[in-house]
Amino acid sequence: MITKNGYRRIVIEPVTRVEGHGKVTILLDEAGKVARARLHIVEFRGFERFIEGRPFWEMPVAVQRLCGICPVSHHLCAAKAVDRIVGGEKLTPTAEKVRRLMHYGQFLQSHALHFFHLCSPDLLFGFDSDVANRNVLGVAARYPELAKKGILLRKYGQEVIRVTAGKRIHGTGAIPGGVNKNVNAAEREYLKKDIDQILAWSEESLAIAKQYTVDHLAEIAEFGSFPSNHLAVVRADGAMDLYDGGLRAVDAEGSVIFDHFDDQRYYEAIGEEVRDWSYMKFPFIRSLGMEHGWYRVGPLARVNACDFIDTPKAEAARKEFKGLAGGKPVNVTMAYHWARMIELVHAAEKIALLLDDPDIGGTELLASGRRRREGVGVLEAPRGTLFHHYRVDENDQIAMANLIVSTTSNNEPMNRAVEKVAKDHLSGVEITEGLLNHVEVAIRAYDPCLSCATHALGRMPLVVEVVDAAGCVVDRKARD
Amino acid sequence: MSGPVTILIDGVEVSARPGQTILDAADEAGIYIPRLCHLPGLAPFGSCRVCTVTANGRPCASCTTPVTPGMIVENDTERLREMRRQIVEMLFSEGNHFCMFCEKSGNCELQAMAYRLGIPASRYPGIWPVRDVDSTHPDILIDRNRCILCGRCVRASRDVDGKQVFGFVGRGHGKRIAVLGDARLRDSGVDVTDAAIDVCPVGAILRKGTAFRVPIGQRRFDKEPIGADIEARKEKP
Ligand code: FES
Repeated sequence: MITKNGYRRIVIEPVTRVEGHGKVTILLDEAGKVARARLHIVEFRGFERFIEGRPFWEMPVAVQRLCGICPVSHHLCAAKAVDRIVGGEKLTPTAEKVRRLMHYGQFLQSHALHFFHLCSPDLLFGFDSDVANRNVLGVAARYPELAKKGILLRKYGQEVIRVTAGKRIHGTGAIPGGVNKNVNAAEREYLKKDIDQILAWSEESLAIAKQYTVDHLAEIAEFGSFPSNHLAVVRADGAMDLYDGGLRAVDAEGSVIFDHFDDQRYYEAIGEEVRDWSYMKFPFIRSLGMEHGWYRVGPLARVNACDFIDTPKAEAARKEFKGLAGGKPVNVTMAYHWARMIELVHAAEKIALLLDDPDIGGTELLASGRRRREGVGVLEAPRGTLFHHYRVDENDQIAMANLIVSTTSNNEPMNRAVEKVAKDHLSGVEITEGLLNHVEVAIRAYDPCLSCATHALGRMPLVVEVVDAAGCVVDRKARD
Repeated sequence: MSGPVTILIDGVEVSARPGQTILDAADEAGIYIPRLCHLPGLAPFGSCRVCTVTANGRPCASCTTPVTPGMIVENDTERLREMRRQIVEMLFSEGNHFCMFCEKSGNCELQAMAYRLGIPASRYPGIWPVRDVDSTHPDILIDRNRCILCGRCVRASRDVDGKQVFGFVGRGHGKRIAVLGDARLRDSGVDVTDAAIDVCPVGAILRKGTAFRVPIGQRRFDKEPIGADIEARKEKP
């Protein structure tokens, strides 16, 4: 359609194969060049309101409803926050290790789902290939062995979750100050019997992602890419730690912006900007300001930000990965896939170690201490740093909740990626299905969970509004 | 007292004591009649009507109706099962029941009844009433969102604890469980050792510090469906 001021607006919606809903608008000027491109996320800010007044111990179970694909991350992050409220943040070894096992199980299932189901069609067939084949069914037909491994990797991750949380989705394993169950001998043996296979398949997946990146470096180096800051949780010794640690931010060159920042005061380091055209907030590093403080989170940011990985296979892969940029942070958007598979291997290695650890069968499940009225939980979810912050009143009821989900942190980077791709590939040319898909591929690299990022309680209707430079709505479409 | 009487429940001869209710006689014989407000040890109340059977052709609440000699009772018929489903679905629609994150899930009689009766979801639209939570007591919580007004806590507090902490106020949709008129739980004299705290069939009256302590798989109704304990009493032929 032509908007009042002569821009031609092309709308791609919904972005297929991204869980949840999004809307992309590409704003063309009169000459047919890309003026701007944006990823709009339709948000329903109901969740924080919904949990107000609820007892705080419900949070780990209730917040899982935020997200259909990483409920365990919310479960554990909320549990970390309410641990503080019961003064039980120094978990028993059993509780910490059972929770970590659950967390690595979630990484395995989430990263496998993303790689095999959502992104492997793009990598294996090319962005411009026939859409009819460029999906998981096409992969299953052409590479049946690979597809099978993807399904089984995911299934194994789900089994780890079931054993530790009681159910594959929406379990109850983590409770304030600990866990409600250990991993008994039978469960341990059940998981151990397949772990070698899982490790081997994880390494194969890593090899595919690496090979793809190396082989296509020339074409993907610039694809949706830009220098950025990176944020991740790291352990006290600088190691990658997906479950617990301090906050570290590095810039595009790898210089430290802040390090080992106390997660309980995250709001002193991270601000949240509201922009009038998007319901989703734009978090930024306060010391750099709104303009320059945006950052990336997720696999790319974590592999970039940490000093090392404490499992040998993932660490060897990290070193190779960092070689891509001479030891500096890798700012190639499509490198997310390689980084994600490094983490897949790391998660599998961690699961193998934990399954050999006697502590997971221990019986000391709960810790408690001095009560507090406030608690923050921060961890690395598969898609990036996740923040849960709660305040309770004198009756144990939630008085305030603030959540920053991973996809929200990647809001600005995804917008940049869309704009970059649109400028490089769509300007002045006839729009083809393949070109449009480039935009989707760039978004998909971030593995956004859009319904999650928007705190939706359910599937919200999509609304498309066309607003011209003067602020007039010139067209509007709604879908139930 | 006169001797035992015999009644027929779904064609099965059941021996009962005179004055005994149909439901108690059925329980002793190992025949389960679904129920929610009734709890052995508390006076029959007859409010939920889930235990409705027909006695000599007339519908009645089996928890309050005494047996008569030769009484013919229908319990497990499709017509009665359907009526019970409707009642239970209305209970779901009347309150705010989110089983997926309720700490009583797996131990809840309302949820277990829905499973037993084969209810996937309520056919009636939700009313989504605005109800409050009283969490002022350090050890006890009332979440009225989940209350089904069975009155078990009212009876237990009055008859077992001798306190009358809980009572009904209001009528119709406005009816609710009140604490000593309009007191807060903290000022009610209720105690964690009170019987009234343990009789709630749903997640309305809760002990703090117990939520989600029992893992999935080990909760009361993970092990067997509601009523299975009563059916286990049936003498093996
Ligand atoms: S159990 Fe008989 S009316 Fe409720």
